[in-house]
Amino acid sequence: MTITKPSEEQAAPSTPDEQREPLLRVRNLKRYYPIRKGVIARTVGHVRAVDDVSFDVYPGETLGIVGESGCGKSTTGRAIVRLETPTAGSVIFDGTDIAELSTARMRRLRTDLQMVFQDPYSSLNPQIRIGDLLAEPLIAHHRLDRSGAHAKAAEMLKIVGLPAAYLNRYPHELSGGQRQRVGIARALMLEPKLIVCDEPVSALDVSIQAQVLNLLKDLQGEFGLTYVFISHGLGAIKYISDRIVVMYLGKVMETATTAEIFARPRHPYTEILLDAYPEPNPHLRDRERIIVEGDVPDPAKPPPGCVFHTRCPYAQEICKTDVPPLTTGVHQVACHFPLAIEKLATEKAVS
Amino acid sequence: MRGARTILTREIVCIPFGRPSPDRTVSSSTPPWRIALSVNAPVVLRVENLRTEFGTDQGPVTSVDEVSFSLAAGETLCLVGESGSGKSVTALSIMGLLADNGRVVSGSVVFEDEDLVRLPENRLREIRGNSIAMIFQEPMTSLNPVLTIGDQLAESMILHLGLTKAQARQRVIELLDKVGIPRAPEVVDDYPHRLSGGMRQRAMIAMALSCEPKLIIADEPTTALDVTIQAQILKLMRDLSAETGTAMIFITHDLGVVAEMADRVAVMYAGQVVEQADVYTLFDEPKHPYTIALLRSIPHLSTDERLASISGSVPSLLYMPTGCRFHERCPQAMDRCVGERPELLPIAGDHDVRCWLYDEAAQPQSSGAAVPA
Repeated sequence: MTITKPSEEQAAPSTPDEQREPLLRVRNLKRYYPIRKGVIARTVGHVRAVDDVSFDVYPGETLGIVGESGCGKSTTGRAIVRLETPTAGSVIFDGTDIAELSTARMRRLRTDLQMVFQDPYSSLNPQIRIGDLLAEPLIAHHRLDRSGAHAKAAEMLKIVGLPAAYLNRYPHELSGGQRQRVGIARALMLEPKLIVCDEPVSALDVSIQAQVLNLLKDLQGEFGLTYVFISHGLGAIKYISDRIVVMYLGKVMETATTAEIFARPRHPYTEILLDAYPEPNPHLRDRERIIVEGDVPDPAKPPPGCVFHTRCPYAQEICKTDVPPLTTGVHQVACHFPLAIEKLATEKAVS
Repeated sequence: MRGARTILTREIVCIPFGRPSPDRTVSSSTPPWRIALSVNAPVVLRVENLRTEFGTDQGPVTSVDEVSFSLAAGETLCLVGESGSGKSVTALSIMGLLADNGRVVSGSVVFEDEDLVRLPENRLREIRGNSIAMIFQEPMTSLNPVLTIGDQLAESMILHLGLTKAQARQRVIELLDKVGIPRAPEVVDDYPHRLSGGMRQRAMIAMALSCEPKLIIADEPTTALDVTIQAQILKLMRDLSAETGTAMIFITHDLGVVAEMADRVAVMYAGQVVEQADVYTLFDEPKHPYTIALLRSIPHLSTDERLASISGSVPSLLYMPTGCRFHERCPQAMDRCVGERPELLPIAGDHDVRCWLYDEAAQPQSSGAAVPA
């Protein structure tokens, strides 16, 4: 067994990120859903969909949020654009805490904060033509007249790679990939600063996913956009993200740059997630890896201590009782025994 | 760095099931036992020129056309393709489970010397669930919610194997245990809603195994599952097929899953098999422009290259292009591809491709420009 020297492991290079001012600062975000029972719908408990989540998003970058179903990644994304009102915590966008804004002020801020949804079939109104669908935000927010808004909509269609003739079509006339392009165009109409993409390619065919991912990348380069990209697919997350937040059962397990996460995962859950990913290379099928047992626990009854301890191959007594705090710095990890250090400790115990 | 993990994998976190699978050593070339398998093992299933149509308001639509493949005992064949490529319809055609408006128009499905396409329904019923079993994508909709797990699994054993209720129950508990369901003696009396998605899929696998079938058809069995659960189920299915020697048709859209599971792969596009090869050849030396493009359009964890996307989208079954069905999206399309339909022909050994680029008559004219990069 080889040991990594702690000095090498901990001397993480300080990136320019530390000097830059974040565009979005999420602090101790919580979103609990009450569980009601009985005739008078008494609250008997809470589902902790998002439990004490903190991260920063810097201008011009893509922050990927990855995790399995029920980890709270979508709720986090919806809370960022205030489609969910946080139970506690703050979401500071450009210096304003949007968790506490009035509806009217939030409405003004929506021009800067947009969202692209997963299912391009249900997120476009089937009764509205593409042109009107794209023009609506301009009319509502910028008081443009219909023809002016339609001219802009035609421009935007061209930017996302669709012919202007599609202005007069209805969503059902488009394929899934084309609809997702419309979804992206709609998010871009108000020239937002931040776009939250919630599983934007998960419902699309493999060959179409690449088209949409490349489009998102190109648009980011062209307009200096900032993305929060939410997905359960590690491949898409790695391809598009600059930094990655790994979530499990409502909590952040690890945050680091994409290169760090994939080369040196510190949290056992991250490592297990990477091991579970079916890499499209048959020569790697017999690689040494960990496959964990068991299922994700019920978020209404999360385990005490570290939420991952029930499935963690390295769990010790302390993990069952104490919640590990998220460390600070460029590479953050919430674990009592982060991987490199844990292995060092085992080595010491043996000798 | 990987030392600690090795010990853990073996001793602590292995899925507690059966014997360990045959040692799958890491090697860069094809493991010899894989090749031996496809040469020596008897053929279990032979599908030839299968063509399936569906009646629609706009007239009959051909969903699967000229599909041929064969499967040896113990072999896993992956059918991979995008939505609408006809991979699920192929499976349903084999099983005789097409909807009322669908029918196999021509071709044959020979399973143990019987052509399933021409068998009467009562004989098919004897085969289904007995010598051929199927695992579906969504375990919640394919398990009966008002029957206990035990009753559902016992049903086919009582029907096909003639076991008594008590014998069947005992066997169900053994099977549940075998597929890694903890507390099997209690779970046997639970209803499906009490189980998680992964556990339901394990129960489905147990049901498929109950009559020791010669062939299992699994249609996207892990698509609805989370990635860590998917890894568990894929490992389970690999171990089971190695242990029981059951042949498997594994349908998926995920090339990562193909790379984990397949001995051989058939790539489907618009209702046809466009390329067929053993899994290593297919990933290392893909020949059909669609296969090449598909492999380049998926992100790999090991590289950061820009993804190549395939322009356009899968053609509608109602407006199938003439000639080669991929020609409208193909970067190497020639005049010939528009007018003439290519056939699935062998280019080397076990490697078949449906593309004019590899037709000997086409080679002189293509003069290098059309050779795939």
